[in-house]
Amino acid sequence: MRRSIGILLLLLVFPARPILAGTVPVCPSCEVTTIGEGIAMAADHDTLMIGKGRYHEYNLVIDKPLTLIGLEYPTIDGGDQGEILTIIADQVTVQGLHIVNVGTSYTTDFAAVRVVESSDFVIRDMKLEQLFFGIYLEKSSRGLVEGNTINGDALEEFNSGNGIQLWHCRDVVVRDNTVRQVRDGIYLEFSDRIRIQGNRSTNNVRYGLHFMFSNNDSYEDNYFENNGAGVAVMFSKQIRMVGNTFRKNWGTAAFGVLLKEINDSEISRNLFEENTIGISIEGSNRIRYENNDFVKNGWALKVRGACYTNTFSGNNFLHNSFDLSYNSNLNDNRFEGNYWSGYTGYDLDKDGVGDVPYRPVKLFSYIVNRTPETIVLLRSLFMDIIDFSERVSPVFTPDKLFDTRPLMKKVP
Amino acid sequence: MGKILKYSFFDLMRSRWSYVYFLFYLALGFVLLFLNNDVAKAVITLMNVIIVLVPLIGTIFGIMYFYNSREFTELLLAQPIRRSSIFLGQYLGVTGSLTLSLVMGLGIPFVLYGLLRSGAIWDFGLLLLTGAFLTAIFSALSFNIALKHENKIKGFGYAVLLWLFMAVIYDGIFLLSLIVFEEYPLDSFSLVATMINPIDLSRILILLKLDISALLGYTGAIFKAFFGTGLGFLLSFSMLCCWTGIPVWLLVRNAKKKDF
Repeated sequence: MRRSIGILLLLLVFPARPILAGTVPVCPSCEVTTIGEGIAMAADHDTLMIGKGRYHEYNLVIDKPLTLIGLEYPTIDGGDQGEILTIIADQVTVQGLHIVNVGTSYTTDFAAVRVVESSDFVIRDMKLEQLFFGIYLEKSSRGLVEGNTINGDALEEFNSGNGIQLWHCRDVVVRDNTVRQVRDGIYLEFSDRIRIQGNRSTNNVRYGLHFMFSNNDSYEDNYFENNGAGVAVMFSKQIRMVGNTFRKNWGTAAFGVLLKEINDSEISRNLFEENTIGISIEGSNRIRYENNDFVKNGWALKVRGACYTNTFSGNNFLHNSFDLSYNSNLNDNRFEGNYWSGYTGYDLDKDGVGDVPYRPVKLFSYIVNRTPETIVLLRSLFMDIIDFSERVSPVFTPDKLFDTRPLMKKVP
Repeated sequence: MGKILKYSFFDLMRSRWSYVYFLFYLALGFVLLFLNNDVAKAVITLMNVIIVLVPLIGTIFGIMYFYNSREFTELLLAQPIRRSSIFLGQYLGVTGSLTLSLVMGLGIPFVLYGLLRSGAIWDFGLLLLTGAFLTAIFSALSFNIALKHENKIKGFGYAVLLWLFMAVIYDGIFLLSLIVFEEYPLDSFSLVATMINPIDLSRILILLKLDISALLGYTGAIFKAFFGTGLGFLLSFSMLCCWTGIPVWLLVRNAKKKDF
């Protein structure tokens, strides 16, 4: 009884503040002219309406649940001094700001927006330029990063930061962002149950998306083009990669996707087009590759070893220089029901499945693995002749590796 | 020279073999497109055909024409015409008619199947250009052989051997030497070895368009400079010009000295 009276008294003294949250206008001609002042003045759950203008501020710490809304993209200029916005409270929303000139440091990872040990945050429609790190989430959960545009000017790996970085995060949605020319477009480390959806990550110095020790994540319908080394997914389990596009990642160590120590995952309906290597697979087990399109890659698949019980089915392999390269004679992976543009067999019973199995590993790809310079002999008549004889009686290539049910028509 | 060129050209255009050659390419183009229905893919298949067949046909045609028109050549030699004009005229006549058959034979089906609207037009153009170069190179080489050997059987034998060497054997030796010396840095060697065979050279020129993503997979600064920039294209192109120029020059020089 006494306790409920206490609660009643409390309610009378502090009438439900969250519902009657106030608005604090900030603009060069308003009462409050700086965002720092605005944050200090605002009470919990207030909204800061930031008007158009240029604010020279940095190291702004949001330590209470606030909503920051930029009207017509006001610019916050950090003057290369350090971090701009640091969120250390739960339930913070930041929206519609234009942030430039984040400080560069070799000892501290300065970010345009950093979220530290908070939950239920929303970072939306931001424009970040001249940055070091873009959006840096650490030990945070249940957040949304949506519709941001990150335009970096990174040229080298050692002095640049990542676009969107998640470190030790849980249940975050990263959606419809555009990231270009930073070190890693999107970087995940020790982050579980993350959804990465509909992002565009292009022209980055290193990876479009980089994934380490992060389990149960999914990335869908993203677009990665012309990144220094493509997309790397390492040391993780239960990853879903669906409907992504990987294009034009060219170079000696560039791939559409690099899989290293990935287990129990699904890779389906992706498009790999004109990459030096479509997917480079290393030590990855029990992965299902379904309905992917590999178009005009140098190597569609490069399997480097210790890859067991993977299944490849319903994929289209179209005009790749090499469909598959294997560096060992052992095979425990299953290829079944794929379409191979290099298939020359026939289908007499007209069931849509070729009557002779297809061997995707050419002798030439074995030779190129051994002596890389021989790549200049690609598509020469001599190579075609020895490839043909190897196909008839395999000696160097894994003799059990074939697609027993090659399709006669492209998978739609 | 113009008159002789015209005469040789129209003589060849009227001959059955030009039509056979033309019809062969026409049929090839149509069949390829009918089976694939995809211009981009047909261009790749066509590349294999072009770098093997065009040199062969250029060689055989060149040597055949030279031996067959020997009497006519001797008649011309009796006239007050410069020797270089006689041989150059005949050579250009053969090359011209072969190139025309190639371009028309492949061009017609591809244009009908919507080449002009597809993105493959540049690849296709490059293919035809290399085809023309290969025709010019190999008919010049076969003219040289024919000029040297009065014996037709011997001449034919050498010409076919030349083709076989350039198209197949050379690559075999090349591959073997790359594997034997794999411990050593080989990138300059492999590029130079590619340059000195016109068939390999044309292959690389086309690969630069079609398979650039695979070619860039090799680690090596020289490869990167060659394949990654316009340098490779420019260099292979000028080498092809050299390959055409030198045999023609040799032909003219030897023709002047030869005692008929």
